[in-house]
Amino acid sequence: MSAFDFIGADLISQEEPQAASLDERDRGGKQQPMLIVNGLRKYFPIRSGILQRHVGDVKAVDDVSFSVLKGETLGIVGESGCGKSTLARLLMHLIPSDSGEMIFDGDPVGGMRGLSLRDLRRNMQMVFQDSYSSLNPRLPVQDSVAYGPRVHGMSRTDAMDLACDLLDKVGLRAAMFGARYPHELSGGQKQRVNIARALALNPRMIILDEAVSALDKSVEAQVLNLLGHLKREFNLTYVFISHDLNVVQYISDRVLVMYLGQVVEIGSVDAIYDTPLHPYSRALLDSRLSMDPDDRMTEPPISGDPPNPVNPPSGCRFRTRCAFAETVCAAEAPSLSQAGPDHFVACHMVRRGSGHSRLLS
Amino acid sequence: MTDVSAFRLPLFRRKREAREVRGYWASVANRLRYDYVTLFFLAIILTIVLLSIFAPLLAPFDPTKTSMAYRMKPMGFRNFILGTDELGRDMLSRLLWGGRTSLMMGLVPVAAATVIGGLLGVIAGFRGGWVNSAIMRTMDVFYAFPSVLLAVAISGTLGGGSKNGMIALTLVFIPSICRIAESATTQVRSLDFVEAARASGASTLSIIWHHILGNVLGPVFIFASSMISVSILLGSGLSFLGLGVEPPTPDWGLMLSTLRAGIYVQPLVCALPGVAIFITSLSFNLVSDGLRQAMDVKA
Repeated sequence: MSAFDFIGADLISQEEPQAASLDERDRGGKQQPMLIVNGLRKYFPIRSGILQRHVGDVKAVDDVSFSVLKGETLGIVGESGCGKSTLARLLMHLIPSDSGEMIFDGDPVGGMRGLSLRDLRRNMQMVFQDSYSSLNPRLPVQDSVAYGPRVHGMSRTDAMDLACDLLDKVGLRAAMFGARYPHELSGGQKQRVNIARALALNPRMIILDEAVSALDKSVEAQVLNLLGHLKREFNLTYVFISHDLNVVQYISDRVLVMYLGQVVEIGSVDAIYDTPLHPYSRALLDSRLSMDPDDRMTEPPISGDPPNPVNPPSGCRFRTRCAFAETVCAAEAPSLSQAGPDHFVACHMVRRGSGHSRLLS
Repeated sequence: MTDVSAFRLPLFRRKREAREVRGYWASVANRLRYDYVTLFFLAIILTIVLLSIFAPLLAPFDPTKTSMAYRMKPMGFRNFILGTDELGRDMLSRLLWGGRTSLMMGLVPVAAATVIGGLLGVIAGFRGGWVNSAIMRTMDVFYAFPSVLLAVAISGTLGGGSKNGMIALTLVFIPSICRIAESATTQVRSLDFVEAARASGASTLSIIWHHILGNVLGPVFIFASSMISVSILLGSGLSFLGLGVEPPTPDWGLMLSTLRAGIYVQPLVCALPGVAIFITSLSFNLVSDGLRQAMDVKA
């Protein structure tokens, strides 16, 4: 039992993972993943000196590939600074990627014949972590919600009606809260407004970047409950980024583990949480504290900080902190290989004949 | 939030709905209603503005009509309520008419500089990068000179006249207003709600109009209102040096300059334009201060 399960016991109705029902906006069919990301890469250049010479790159997101199925929730976990938020901003095209491609429901994004950025943003929205700075302090919250539809050409009265409707849907009485300013709302209420704002364009996919991390536990449970409810009502697909492993386990259908800008393990939530294979995933899951007072942890399962993403280690990026590191780990970077029906791991110990002395799975 | 309304009564009462939610400017106005000092000086400014507007109707004499017989007369001499100047012109009429030019010198350059400087600052702040460097470094060049020196230099180059004086003052105020707008924009631009607006597919212009301007206008407006008194003083200074308004047009600064010679004959009369400048600039300063307090919302 984790702390979260304890609080959420009566607040949260257990939600069944469901297959996406038919949606008239569906283009690629049921089997087509909602989003396919292939080889996404983002290096932030470091410049120094008077001439702003290019002296290196922060490899924030380095060759990341995954897909998000229709109607599922993909949880993304990892330490601070592993590139989770950069990945979210890359998916939203808020920052340009250096290379890589995205396919949204069968349509490539960008390019001459692909899905335009405007259409992508209509279909994909984002909820930010900081509920305070993600609302304009000078706008009543209903105007913030109505802004997106207004930009896409909806009349003012229609957009306002929609905004009030959505505020009601996220559990804020529009008549009471709509005309208020962000500083008059609590953190949980503001995050509800942010969710309403993300819903306003009727998207098919929402990226939740640490959307509940800043809320206290009981409010967090309410908002998670709301997210599950909205997902069924609006037929949504979620990408849920968090550092809270319990929340991710609760809400996700599949989980992606990131380390230093790369995917180290991806698979169904049961596969990742019951039989984690990558040493980093195991250490990460072991670092959750137990509720049992007899089961004390005295040594951290993983120590030290992640290496500098400017000069990541050769081969496997985790080898500097890995207990099983061998020469092959320094020589060769492991690629994602299948370890189960829906379970992929980037570790030499999983692949037969990789040169590593141990073999897992 | 502690509201002063619990302790004081508003000067102006307004009926309102019980659950009505105030907008930002309505809440600013509401806070101002309890600020008696600001309201008092706002009333003085309004009086001065009205007196200046209706100067042609109120002035008892022609402000440019000279009289060799009635030079440097004290207050209350015959029909000259505030006395006469060194050329026998009625002081009251000249003060009323002079308010027009002085207020123009105060308001027009600040308004022009707010529009130009604010625009440049928002562009610099929002675009960042080399656009920011180009605009802000140019502003720094102007910033390097003392404002009085710069105003004198510019209007000296352009030549006298009130129009050139106003242009000079506008150029003096642009850099500081630009810098305020730039820093406010840079601060707002990096916040998540701008990202969220971009994520909903909004164009740059729409983002600036709906999300940036509302957050930048406040600080710029407060700063600009405090510049009005500076502008009046600088304008008077230019006229005093003979670079602003040209005689015989009445202007408080110019009057102060020409009456210098008579200070030992009629000290009270000669001080009048100075008193007018003092009251006006003090009022603008205090009202600006009150505005700053009323607009400062601690969210």
